[in-house]
Amino acid sequence: MADDLKEQKPAGRGTALIDGVLKEVKGLKDKALDDVQSLKKPQKTQLFKSIFRVTHDEKPRNRALGILSNVFLHLHPAKINRDAVAYNYTWGMGGITFYLFIVLTFTGVLLMFYYHPTKVQAFRDILYLEHDVPFGKLLRNMHRWAAHLMIITVWLHMFRVFLTGSYKKPREFNWMVGVILMLLTMLLSFTGYLLPDDQLGFWAVTVGTNMARATPLLGHEGPLGPELGMTAFNDVRFALLGGSIVDSNALLRAYIWHCIAIPLIAGIFMAVHFWRVRKDGGISGPAPVMLESEIKEPRRF
Amino acid sequence: MDWVQLWEITTLPDNVPIVLLILVIPFYTWYGLRQAFANDRLIDRLEADPEMAKTHHRKTQPWKPGWAREVQVWPYLLRMEFLVAIIVTFILMVWSITLDAPLEEPANPSLTMNPAKAPWYFLGLQEMLVYFDPWMAGVVLPTLILVGLMVIPYMDTNPLGNGYYTYKQRKFAIWAFFFGFIVLWLSMVVIGTFIRGPGWIWFWPGQTWDHNKLIFEANRDLPDMFGITSMLGKSLFGAAVVGLFAVVTALGVHKLFTWNAFNRKIYNRMSLIQYLLLQFFLVTMMLLPAKMVARLLFRIKYVWVTPWFNI
Repeated sequence: MADDLKEQKPAGRGTALIDGVLKEVKGLKDKALDDVQSLKKPQKTQLFKSIFRVTHDEKPRNRALGILSNVFLHLHPAKINRDAVAYNYTWGMGGITFYLFIVLTFTGVLLMFYYHPTKVQAFRDILYLEHDVPFGKLLRNMHRWAAHLMIITVWLHMFRVFLTGSYKKPREFNWMVGVILMLLTMLLSFTGYLLPDDQLGFWAVTVGTNMARATPLLGHEGPLGPELGMTAFNDVRFALLGGSIVDSNALLRAYIWHCIAIPLIAGIFMAVHFWRVRKDGGISGPAPVMLESEIKEPRRF
Repeated sequence: MDWVQLWEITTLPDNVPIVLLILVIPFYTWYGLRQAFANDRLIDRLEADPEMAKTHHRKTQPWKPGWAREVQVWPYLLRMEFLVAIIVTFILMVWSITLDAPLEEPANPSLTMNPAKAPWYFLGLQEMLVYFDPWMAGVVLPTLILVGLMVIPYMDTNPLGNGYYTYKQRKFAIWAFFFGFIVLWLSMVVIGTFIRGPGWIWFWPGQTWDHNKLIFEANRDLPDMFGITSMLGKSLFGAAVVGLFAVVTALGVHKLFTWNAFNRKIYNRMSLIQYLLLQFFLVTMMLLPAKMVARLLFRIKYVWVTPWFNI
């Protein structure tokens, strides 16, 4: 087409304009081709670089950087004991527990959209969830079974850590943090039990909190409680329930403990737990076996 | 046999986790012990052959010179984590689609559920209420369980078995933990689920729950059986019996703890405080089976009766 234009020699103002436009068009076309070319190498784009910071070439250095420079993955070390990767040592129970916590947070937040922690609405909200909300029943089921499963995986995690002696030096403190996390897991499940406001939760929580009456010193039926002036209206059970019976205040308190307070506290303890796993030298094993003859004499003061 | 009722209890949605627990605990116990015994055999070989101990890889996992001892987290660990996450999600999905979470009638304080059961993971505590007063079963013992778990690393002076499965090098620790976790805690959960019926009465699995059943068993206090009537006498007698129990149990624990030369070596590494802590927690733990036997076999309610508390 450009050749055609050249042959029409007598040039006027009109052809000069057309030439200019065509030049512009060619420039745009080249730019567009450049853009298309760059799509073939997305890792070279400014967008990609700004998000991922390093290229994901299959080089050891870049594989390590892929872990270390990623906020979600940086809890991992870059390299790990080759035998720790197999399932048989850790049983994956700590990781599964954390994954279930994430699942529970996700489904829990969705459930919160449909739930009012009041005596008038709580039970109706559950019925609404089960019968009218799209996938509401599945959502509630997943939240419940993930909670039960999490307790089992926490116990198995503790069982594994005991059997491998992983609580020994230098991980003593992290074991303590773990015990607290186990308690928090069970309290999370327990506070959630009341929220449907049905007979099951009501009586389970009644039975559970009735034990608090008998707290020594702080319960009105406990040893030395009455002597210290404890009644049903000022003891530790009253503080838990916000009243002397399981009623609307108890429902609200269970809701706030369940959805806000305990998850926050557990989050802090989890941060410490994971951080200490790394600081104490990563995962404990499988370590080379030690022999009785190699025991060092303990240091005496 | 009331198979229908047994099936109903087993398939109660909130009891399904316990059925799962009954399956996974023996599996993982076997899975862990199998690796422990494999390591024990390796330890035996290394102890028999000091030269081999200097050169060997010291693990049951395969390894050859030239193999890296560490692998990259990406992809070797992350792909496992991803796979496990997918499997867990799948299991959870199937479970949630096939089994509905329980929802009973609206809460009604004037209509008591019988039996009124705590969530299954607290049934161990509820079962303990049979044997101890609430201040013990509901407050003191749970606190001691948690504190006892937390101080385990500070009482265990055995440096062996750190980071690998072993039975031979940690016999006492493993037996103590199995006894506490499986025999006491988990079996009490199972008793609370499958055996305790209306009125928290003992019904064997398959025995029909009779809501009108009454048991006219006169529970006795130990001092009454000896004809002690005065409060002072009861207090002193109970203190003596509990004291005697503590001494006898502590001696038994000591005997087991210093059973062989290796155990005595570990014992010698302990400070006095560590040893007393260990004795305190183990003797307290043994209170439970002792009271279970006293209550279930001899109908004894309290051993130690005082004006302020009963044990």
